Amino acid sequence: MNYQLQINNITKSYGDLKANDDVSLNIKPSSIHALLGENGAGKSTLVKVIYGSLLPDRGEMKWLGKSYSPKNPFDAREQGIAMVFQHFSLFESLTVEENIVLGLDGVRLDENFTEKIIKYSKQYGLDINPHQVVGDLSVGARQRVEIIRCLMQNPKLLIMDEPTSVLTPQEVSDLFITLRKLADDGCSILYISHKLEEVRQICSVATILRGGKLVENCIPQEHTQQELAEMMIGKKLIQLARSNINSGEDIFSINNLSRKSDDMFGVDLKSISLSVMKGSIVGIAGVAGNGQDELMELLIGEITSPPDTLSFKGNDIGNLNSHQRRELSMFFIPEERLGHGAVPDMGLNENMLLSRPQKSEMTSYGVIDWQNVETLTQKVISDFDVQTFSTKMLAKSLSGGNLQKFMVGRELTQNPELLIVAQPTWGVDAGSANNIHQALIALADQGSAILIISQDLDEILSLCEQIHVLSEGSLSTAVDMTNKGLEKISQLMVGSED
Amino acid sequence: MIRLIPRVENSTAMILLSPLLALTLTAISAYLIFVSILVDIEVSSVFYTLFVEPLTDSYYLSELLVKAAPLMIIALGLSIGFRAGVWNIGAEGQYVIGGIAGSAVGLYFYDVEGFWIIPLMALAGILGGMFYAGIAAFLKTRYQVNEILVTLMLTYVAVLFLSAMLQGPLRNPSGFNFPESRLFHDSALMPIIWQGTRVHIGLIIAVLLSFVAWFGIKKHIFGMQIKISGSAPRAAKFAGFNDNKTVWYSLLISGGLAGLAGLFEAAGPAGQLTPGLPQFYGFTAIIVAFLARLHPIGVLFSSLLIALSYVGGENVQIDYDLPKSITQIFQGMLLFYFLACDILIKYKVVLFKTIR
Repeated sequence: MNYQLQINNITKSYGDLKANDDVSLNIKPSSIHALLGENGAGKSTLVKVIYGSLLPDRGEMKWLGKSYSPKNPFDAREQGIAMVFQHFSLFESLTVEENIVLGLDGVRLDENFTEKIIKYSKQYGLDINPHQVVGDLSVGARQRVEIIRCLMQNPKLLIMDEPTSVLTPQEVSDLFITLRKLADDGCSILYISHKLEEVRQICSVATILRGGKLVENCIPQEHTQQELAEMMIGKKLIQLARSNINSGEDIFSINNLSRKSDDMFGVDLKSISLSVMKGSIVGIAGVAGNGQDELMELLIGEITSPPDTLSFKGNDIGNLNSHQRRELSMFFIPEERLGHGAVPDMGLNENMLLSRPQKSEMTSYGVIDWQNVETLTQKVISDFDVQTFSTKMLAKSLSGGNLQKFMVGRELTQNPELLIVAQPTWGVDAGSANNIHQALIALADQGSAILIISQDLDEILSLCEQIHVLSEGSLSTAVDMTNKGLEKISQLMVGSED
Repeated sequence: MIRLIPRVENSTAMILLSPLLALTLTAISAYLIFVSILVDIEVSSVFYTLFVEPLTDSYYLSELLVKAAPLMIIALGLSIGFRAGVWNIGAEGQYVIGGIAGSAVGLYFYDVEGFWIIPLMALAGILGGMFYAGIAAFLKTRYQVNEILVTLMLTYVAVLFLSAMLQGPLRNPSGFNFPESRLFHDSALMPIIWQGTRVHIGLIIAVLLSFVAWFGIKKHIFGMQIKISGSAPRAAKFAGFNDNKTVWYSLLISGGLAGLAGLFEAAGPAGQLTPGLPQFYGFTAIIVAFLARLHPIGVLFSSLLIALSYVGGENVQIDYDLPKSITQIFQGMLLFYFLACDILIKYKVVLFKTIR
């Protein structure tokens, strides 16, 4: 069999940690090859080795039949390997064509060049206007710019790191069309993702890594999503199911809430209304940057609003600060963990005090009972399986997933009647995400209300009974899921309703 | 190659060792400086005069305590504000205003007997300092004016205001036009706790205050509020702490304590209000606070150390005719090494060879 890229027994260690342990992988020409794994499984290390930004300790690679050991990314690009990163490297104030030309060597920006951009754009369905300023583009369009920039180098292998994490469903299916065309034209694709349904849709082979080791090379269509996930995390996933949907009266509502953003690049919120019933999970879907941060600030109480714009258990609470809201048994988990939901330079025990309500067993008249704080922190750590050496471990030295588990646990131990959570599983590995979802469902089963703001549509679809979409600061009414619900959501997300 | 690797937890051993390391490095550097500049003088004897002699003699020891007390009180207040990221650089000004306010009360009740006079003067001193720091708090919370500039600039205003007061309303009516107040009467003088020296009750109050501050910072949610506002403002909002209140608290506490120290100095060692009231304690206390790592109990020790350098520095001026800047060089080096060594608490040094 003829392989385009052969990777044999790559090992790379950082101190005692083997980030890649004897990993082998072969990519066929014209194939879309998935690289699957949780955070820390060694995906990025392997990709860095391929892209020349890391030297492996051991192992060898063959590219197009010849020995291949790139010294740096420049070298890799010369030989026909290109990469689209998860975080784009574009200048917002420059136009599309200027950005593209800046990423290339030895070319000038002239009419030929612009034509070439248009040619690629047509050929691969990458809809883009070369003269537009990047700052005005959507995330999906920016990704298209990155892809075109890569294509200009005539790559034979395109590495894509989590390409769909920021895209709407429509943009995802457009991207897949492009990728299939590229593969047909002879450019193979290494597709890094943890979204298993997408991998099953588009990839012909999948390589699964776990803990730096190769677990399995398989054909994704031959396995269910669940099987793939279990191979990734190495243990059984718990099926998500509500055992007790017993929603009662409205407990929380947002009433015509508007806000003019004080940030130049912020989004104004336009007359948002929504209500949440006891025992129900309500989701707000939408692409990031459509007012989620602005809304979350108002919900937490970091910025106050007129009293009657928010009501909880019959009280007008818009003018209360977050501490006062917690008094009423509202709790919050913000999207950003370090620096917002937790103080990076403080231990977990001190962070435990951050979201304490006034009447807490951790303090009396403001005097801290460190003994109780310790006990409670221990409880959160063990109940939510937070991997840490001690309760004094600094928040910043925990991995993202671990810290998220801690923060979810911290709020849940307060038995909130309403939990408002943004991006509950952002950057969290599949196993932990499963645990967090499980915990949220259990909370709702007990009769608490939950409001989830998330970009992850799968998450929203699997957890929420009622779904709204936030787009450019406006919130849709609840989407009727029985009749083409997903299509409706997709339209609402890109703001093209009707 | 040497590399610094972040620790997962702060090292307890280094918290204790790094000050000793800093002291050793300061001593070595001081030694090298002395060796290179001193002619015909034994370096070891200068060292002795600087660091050991002040501890051997009861007079020097008492003077050391007299100087440590105001440093302690001011540094306590500053360390609370610095934890919150509120940079009150003008404690010297608040110290002067507190001194003027308290002295004015003492002079108003001139020749009136009563145990209540000193507490009343102390209260006036605190309020004076609070008022002066409050200007910065108001400007910061209302108009986002940088508190570093406001407090620092107001220091010069305070010193000029002191001379204005001493040329005018507070001048001794029978003092031959010297810009000095009357000598305070007995009821307006700080009670001496070590007979025959100038050590007064302010020292005891300073020690008590540092325990109160320790309680507030370690055991009370107020300490958390201060710390979080300084290191993670968004998290402070998440917790429901009001950042304007943090600014006010920080400046009022540090200003009030600086004012108290000013009054203690006027009603203590000086015994009257003179143009010599400002002695740089307000600035030196910044060093004291940082040497203590902003820890209230640490302030007890660091203020003694800095006071030692003052007394020792005066002694080498007298005995060896060395310039006063010796003290400042010493204090500067100490702070420098101390801050540098503190990195070892959060990072560990790893030596490794690169093999390719």
